[in-house]
Amino acid sequence: MSAHGNWQPVIGLEIHAQLSTQSKLFSGASTAYGAEPNTHTGLVDIALPGTLPVPNRAALDKAIRFGLAIDARIAPHSVFARKNYFYPDLPKGYQISQYELPVVAEGKLAVRLDDGRTIEVAIERAHLEEDAGKSLHEEFHGATGIDLNRAGTPLLEIVSKPVLYSAAEAVAYMRTVHTLVRWLGVCDGNMQEGSFRCDANVSVRPVSSEKLGTRTEIKNVNSFRFVEKAIEYEIERQIRALENGEKIVQETRLYDPARHQTRPMRGKEDANDYRYFPDPDLPPLAVSAEDIAAVKATMPELPEARRARYVDALGLPEIDAAQLCADRATADYFEAVLAALPGEAKLAANWTLGEVSAALNDAALTIEQSRVPAPALAHLLARVREGVISGKIAKDVFAAMWAGEGDADEVIDKRGLKQISDSGALAAAIDAVLAEYPTQLADFRGGNEKLLQFFVGQVMKRTRGQANPQQLNALLREKLSV
Amino acid sequence: MAQIFGIRQLAQALRERKTSATELTRQAIAAAKNRADLNALITLDEAGALAAAERADAALARNPESVLAGIPFAHKDIFCTNGLRTTCASRMLDNFVPPYDANVVDKLAATQAVSIGKANMDEFAMGSSNENSFYGAVKNPWDTTRVPGGSSGGSAALVAAGIVPFATGTDTGGSIRQPAAFCGITGLKPTYGRVSRFGMIAFASSLDTASVLARSAEDCAQVLAAMAGHDARDATSANRAVDDYVGALAKPLQGLRVGIAREYFGAGIDAGVAAAVQAALKQYEKLGATLVDISLPNAALAIPAYYVIAPAEASSNLARYDGVRYGYAAKEPKSLEDLYTRTRAEGFGAEVKRRILVGTYALSAGYYDAYYLRAQRVRRLIADDFIEAFKTVDLIAGPTTPSVAFKIGEKSSDPLAMYAADVNTVAVNLAGLPAISLPVGFSDGLPVGLQLIAPAFEEARLLNAAHQFQLSSDWHARKPEGVA
Repeated sequence: MSAHGNWQPVIGLEIHAQLSTQSKLFSGASTAYGAEPNTHTGLVDIALPGTLPVPNRAALDKAIRFGLAIDARIAPHSVFARKNYFYPDLPKGYQISQYELPVVAEGKLAVRLDDGRTIEVAIERAHLEEDAGKSLHEEFHGATGIDLNRAGTPLLEIVSKPVLYSAAEAVAYMRTVHTLVRWLGVCDGNMQEGSFRCDANVSVRPVSSEKLGTRTEIKNVNSFRFVEKAIEYEIERQIRALENGEKIVQETRLYDPARHQTRPMRGKEDANDYRYFPDPDLPPLAVSAEDIAAVKATMPELPEARRARYVDALGLPEIDAAQLCADRATADYFEAVLAALPGEAKLAANWTLGEVSAALNDAALTIEQSRVPAPALAHLLARVREGVISGKIAKDVFAAMWAGEGDADEVIDKRGLKQISDSGALAAAIDAVLAEYPTQLADFRGGNEKLLQFFVGQVMKRTRGQANPQQLNALLREKLSV
Repeated sequence: MAQIFGIRQLAQALRERKTSATELTRQAIAAAKNRADLNALITLDEAGALAAAERADAALARNPESVLAGIPFAHKDIFCTNGLRTTCASRMLDNFVPPYDANVVDKLAATQAVSIGKANMDEFAMGSSNENSFYGAVKNPWDTTRVPGGSSGGSAALVAAGIVPFATGTDTGGSIRQPAAFCGITGLKPTYGRVSRFGMIAFASSLDTASVLARSAEDCAQVLAAMAGHDARDATSANRAVDDYVGALAKPLQGLRVGIAREYFGAGIDAGVAAAVQAALKQYEKLGATLVDISLPNAALAIPAYYVIAPAEASSNLARYDGVRYGYAAKEPKSLEDLYTRTRAEGFGAEVKRRILVGTYALSAGYYDAYYLRAQRVRRLIADDFIEAFKTVDLIAGPTTPSVAFKIGEKSSDPLAMYAADVNTVAVNLAGLPAISLPVGFSDGLPVGLQLIAPAFEEARLLNAAHQFQLSSDWHARKPEGVA
């Protein structure tokens, strides 16, 4: 019995990941975001007569990188095709994409769901294509402004098979792809700037049926939460319609985040005949075994492999391993700490996911920008391990380091936070406490052993937390002859 | 032995200070104005030409390497010229001034050759008569009631009328060779990819080639040497060394195997054309060549395949002319759709619209397999025919066109008859091969062209064969009455 009664939703995602290249897919113009309109546009980007596209090999390498990461087939020859339609932000009157022969085909990706299950999502293809420009409707009374800065920006369109059966699965898959493309360094994953966006194909069918229902396509949703809500809404809408005996119309719908609804897009997008044909300006894109080997040589350990290693070899709990591997910079930070502090995986993980992560959140920084770099944290944690300071004091030291007061040793020295491990000083403190509380001492000697903790507490208080806990325990027991 | 006063002779005169680039340029400008009746130029760039001539004269004082330094010529108005209007003979680009030079323009400018302006042509290179120009028909210098051929009709007329010694052109289905034949000059279509297409306004990207029309094969060799070579701005540009075209001219033809394809001598050929071509073939035998009967079994399929593929590509290539960024834009559009439809209805001529419609249809869902894909399969067959033939011959010869230049207006109401005139030339483009048309006689007082076809990148072989013929004949030295 599914969450939707007798209906099973079937979802496929088309993810557009903007490849993080310096220049565009077919021209030398910059891909930087946020420039003045129409300043990152060369002759090719505005489609002047006689100009020709020249493929950017860096974009191809990134596509290969993604293909290798999803264990896909890399086509030795892939073909650029023209998708023909008229629109003002499409300067050539066609978009250069890949149609029959994409560069990446038949991959798969393991996706861990929140409920602990792992599913394997089949990825039909990933192909290179150029982005269109932007139509600006607001600032031009009664007219439309065109900004072609984005026109020609390289995209990798990643098309899953329709093998996702709930909004939650779809979003988990999307997050996994998001992690992966950033991990591989092929896309910056910035969803606000549109570097990572998604179209969702949604249909429902009776649980007993093998045949796919009529699908609708939800266009251009650019947050995980909206994708989940949009799909959820669309599933419910389709089920309601089918239960009322209505037919689903194959159409493109837009998600309205204000109303949490999808509605049909105006115009007849689906009636378009794009007249795809191989682009005669571009010979088939050749990828040799050497090209693939060169990319392979630079492949990082993939998130799933790293996560498994953290659990199996380092003995980290699943949840820690998964959180550390949510992005590569976090995992790299953790490993840098661990490298300087061998054998302390759990300590390094706790601090990376605890203090560091919280401080980054508060300061709205990424881990690459951390004010306490991995070696500095490792140094601090080494002091904990050596017994110079306690774990509790270490948090204060970390905060001081974060605030720029110096490295761990400087802060410990400056603030006089060094643990009292000197047995003479500790003995004196113990003697003072025992002298101060004769009644409690008598009680203890009378058999109330719980008071041992009381004395520990008092000595800690007296030493402002700097007493070495193990040593204190031992000395106290010695003095009390227990 | 026929000598013409060609590029080599001009270059020598320039170096001996018997003339100057400025003087040659003034003469060319005067001749162009004098023959305004031919309507061969869209833009005469007098000021630009004289400035370039002055620079060329300065360069000539330093004894420049290129033989083209100081020689006047004209560019077909399909090549973008930085700061100089480039129209492609279309109302759509009547006001278009490119901010960049085509690769061909760059390369010829680097030789210090002097462009006097932009030659008339069929709109977007679509036509075989030069009647499809927004700027009016070009007239054939041999008979001004006749067409010069197309689409490089303006370029051919300028050379035939002796206004310039050479002109650039483009050839998509015969657009250099057919006007060369109709105007009694020599025109070379190189291998696809040999000359960069960057900055050359696209008609059909997989077929368009840039090259030269001149009086002789030797002149063609000099100019092609300057134009050819790899260009990183054109992904279809061939990355291989350029042969020594001029150096190869002198080779004797002893042992050359010339294939005579029976398909090129079928029912449609005029008797006068056939006679001139047969005589030329005899001449080749005298020069030491062996004639070999061959067959190109799929030759008849070339026209239908070409008239699917070329319009299909054109329909997409010409989508950029939408009135939004440059070029013609309809006045006061009521909506986006109105802007598109009126811009394109008003900006394009009838033949261009016809081909856009044909091409759009051929690529449409449900027709793509039957037209575009099938045409691509035929294209493969045609290319294979040539590969097979070149196993036994070095060159293939035949008439460039089945008839001589026709009357202006004679075929303009019958597009299919017009297309049929391309029967011998389009297969070469489909196969991407080099070919040359050289004058080999007259029929009814009008020039007849012989087409030689070579395997890919064997331009040197073609030029050699044409040059040796021209050393032993004077057809290429004949000029229309009144031409100096």
